[in-house]
Amino acid sequence: MTELPADLAANPVLARWVTVHPDDSIDVRVGKVELGQGILTALSQLAADELGVDLHQVRMVPANTRLGPDEGMTAGSLSIMRSGPAVRAACAQVRARFTAEAARRWGVEGVTVRQGTISAGERTTSYGALADAVDLEVVADPALPLTSGDGPVFTGTDSPRLDLPDKIAGRPRFIHDLRLPGQLFGRVLRPPSPGASLRHLDTSRLADTNVKVVRDGSFIGVVGPDEAEVMRAVEALRGATAWEEHDALPDEDDLPGFLRAGPHETIEVVPGEQPPPAGRSLRATYNRPFIAHASMAPSCGVARWNDDGTLAVWSHSQGIHNLRGAIALLLRMDEDRIEVEHAESAGCYGHNAADDAAFDAVLLARSVPGRPVHVQWSRPDELAWSPFGSAMSVDVAAVVDESGAVRSWEYDVWSQGHTSRPGYGGAPGLLAGAYLDRPWRYPAPVDPPLAGGAGTVRNAVPIYDLPHRRVTGHRLLETSIRSSAVRSLGAFMNVFAIESFMDELALSAGIDPLAYRLMHLTDPRGRKVLETAAKAAGWGTPVAEGAGRGIGFARYKDKGAYCAVVADVEAESEVRVRRLTIAVDVGLVVNPDGVRNQIEGGATQATSWTLKERVRFDRRRITSDTWETYPILRFSEAPETSVELVEGPGVPSVGAGEAAQGPTAAAIANAVAMAVGVRVRDLPLTTDAIVAAIESSDG
Amino acid sequence: MKQAFELTVNGGHVRVETHPDTSLLHVLREELDLKGSRFGCGVGLCGACFVQLDGQVVASCDTPIWSAAGKTVVTVEGLAPGDELHPVQRAFLDEQAAQCGYCISGILVSAATLLARNPAPDEQAVVEALDRNLCRCGVQRRVVRAVLAAAEVTE
Repeated sequence: MTELPADLAANPVLARWVTVHPDDSIDVRVGKVELGQGILTALSQLAADELGVDLHQVRMVPANTRLGPDEGMTAGSLSIMRSGPAVRAACAQVRARFTAEAARRWGVEGVTVRQGTISAGERTTSYGALADAVDLEVVADPALPLTSGDGPVFTGTDSPRLDLPDKIAGRPRFIHDLRLPGQLFGRVLRPPSPGASLRHLDTSRLADTNVKVVRDGSFIGVVGPDEAEVMRAVEALRGATAWEEHDALPDEDDLPGFLRAGPHETIEVVPGEQPPPAGRSLRATYNRPFIAHASMAPSCGVARWNDDGTLAVWSHSQGIHNLRGAIALLLRMDEDRIEVEHAESAGCYGHNAADDAAFDAVLLARSVPGRPVHVQWSRPDELAWSPFGSAMSVDVAAVVDESGAVRSWEYDVWSQGHTSRPGYGGAPGLLAGAYLDRPWRYPAPVDPPLAGGAGTVRNAVPIYDLPHRRVTGHRLLETSIRSSAVRSLGAFMNVFAIESFMDELALSAGIDPLAYRLMHLTDPRGRKVLETAAKAAGWGTPVAEGAGRGIGFARYKDKGAYCAVVADVEAESEVRVRRLTIAVDVGLVVNPDGVRNQIEGGATQATSWTLKERVRFDRRRITSDTWETYPILRFSEAPETSVELVEGPGVPSVGAGEAAQGPTAAAIANAVAMAVGVRVRDLPLTTDAIVAAIESSDG
Repeated sequence: MKQAFELTVNGGHVRVETHPDTSLLHVLREELDLKGSRFGCGVGLCGACFVQLDGQVVASCDTPIWSAAGKTVVTVEGLAPGDELHPVQRAFLDEQAAQCGYCISGILVSAATLLARNPAPDEQAVVEALDRNLCRCGVQRRVVRAVLAAAEVTE
């Protein structure tokens, strides 16, 4: 008797995971969704190995609330860790049932499966041939082995991404390309500011057009058969509305003051053990602004109210079951009457507006029963109305002994909560729900529990062996800015702060920053990752005038991937990151190129956050709503990256998607400090921020 | 008021009836069912909708159809004849130079246009040719490698 993997135990019926067709094709359904990260490719490799078939025999089917398993959200770098074992075990169970059927028919034992051929001695058959005889509407049997025990064929190889041939050929693949019979197009006219309410709406300008206006409270939308006409109609309506607006946003020039003013929930991560010992004391404060997802595609959703009152929704949500529950909550309907299917969109880096766009489509489709309505957001709405990653502020203080070693460590972090996902905190969380005639008052964003990876205090506890620690989080309980999960949540800021401060302590003690970290680190996997990155980067070799080299390191979520980054920068009129040399340990690697791609991409995106990004607003409106006002990294600014995979033999796989975020920021900041001779503690590391840091250090 | 416009798209002659201010992108995606060009921003700042218009790279999202009339358009679907792939598309597959892939159509158009003019670009030329294309997943360096690899093949 073995314990089934958690996701299989929660969805034990094998038919939810696997369907075998008579033509020998095999559908595999998982609850995890493709976000551009390549998860379905990696899971197909595991499935093919367990089934004993070729990759092309397996078809990964989009997640669907009615047909597939519920594996919660595709988030937190957990997909390979959670779904991997479940898919393997489900496929191993399917294989066992098919080999048992063959054995029964032939009256033999020792039936094997290789490359899709089920055989014993001279006799052969196939999955398709036995499909009608094997019932998969059965629950997984904990007595069966969790894997087939055959050596991996595809696992551990650079299997090419399943979705890229379509995307590179320019074939329809995204939710934006979805066209259903009878489909109409919808657009939403969002308020001019988050606190606005609609006073007056004049639809007379649309008298001669073929569009329908939908209004519910301060929610306004337009539906029609011609998307171009619908877009023109929304622009016409924009000039025909009157709104009541208030100054409700914080002072963008004093975000630390806003975050620290409270009220707060206090999160005791590591309670203060004893008063700090005597010694030399150092302290520093680090800040970051709000940041945006800034996905390349505007969010999109499709919905259809069927004649029997049921609802069909297509969404690029990270959590289709949560979305279904949130829609049911807002519309007071039974969630069994809602079916949500995942459809791919552009890259997703956390809780973006996917769910919001789906609910917009649901509201607009209600006015045209039986017709699917396809809703796409505008670029300004995408940048201004998607949830943001919270601004954060950190105080850290340490006492060091005469050798420079840390004797005590005190850490405080202030932040808004890092999730307002649908269903969290009992609120539906869908944007339009707060603007309806009967609005839902949303609570301030919350944090996942500590055991679930935390939010504000994610990675707030250093990996180093530090005595006399105290680590405290302070989550803001009142805010007018909607924040939610953005890739790595609080870990980006906490690792930036911890790893910047470790550098400050090292320099203050006159010790090499790498040696200083190793002096405080016993974890053998961590040491190996740090040493690997340093060696690959030529740590200790000379650095040119005006250039700098810095290192940053963390283990994501304390139990995930280890990642060390060495940044080589030039800092003259502005900071240019020339090279990022990265080492990562994600345990058993399912797809090496997939891991590299995630780490390279994460590090490149983190470079963009670190150098450039800041959500802008006045006291009333979000003002960074174009690519000019919210610039991101360009080709000419993208650093060369190299990734060393440090594989721990026999260690279970963990996710790679978020591991590089914090270490990259810290490595760049530490390199900049070396290049310009001054520590910049406020992100982003723009020329203005560096000049300000130089001026304040002169003073 | 709808008007008729004629243009050449991916080698074929097409005639569409639409409002003159309708974007070329909308005509491509909705009237001609060429979904490869993507909507990203609507104001020509991200590159997801890039196409060739008389051989120049333009943002189809803010090109009104009246200004494309009588001209020749090549989209990502038309970089190579039929179901074939252009060498730069094959290089992108070889390098796995994408994550979500939403920006890739426009990047391929920029890259193919560069290679048509300069079959042996150096890295600097590739970076300059792609600098109007945004990518959020962070595959810029893979893309540059792929374009340089395609140049070696086509030379």
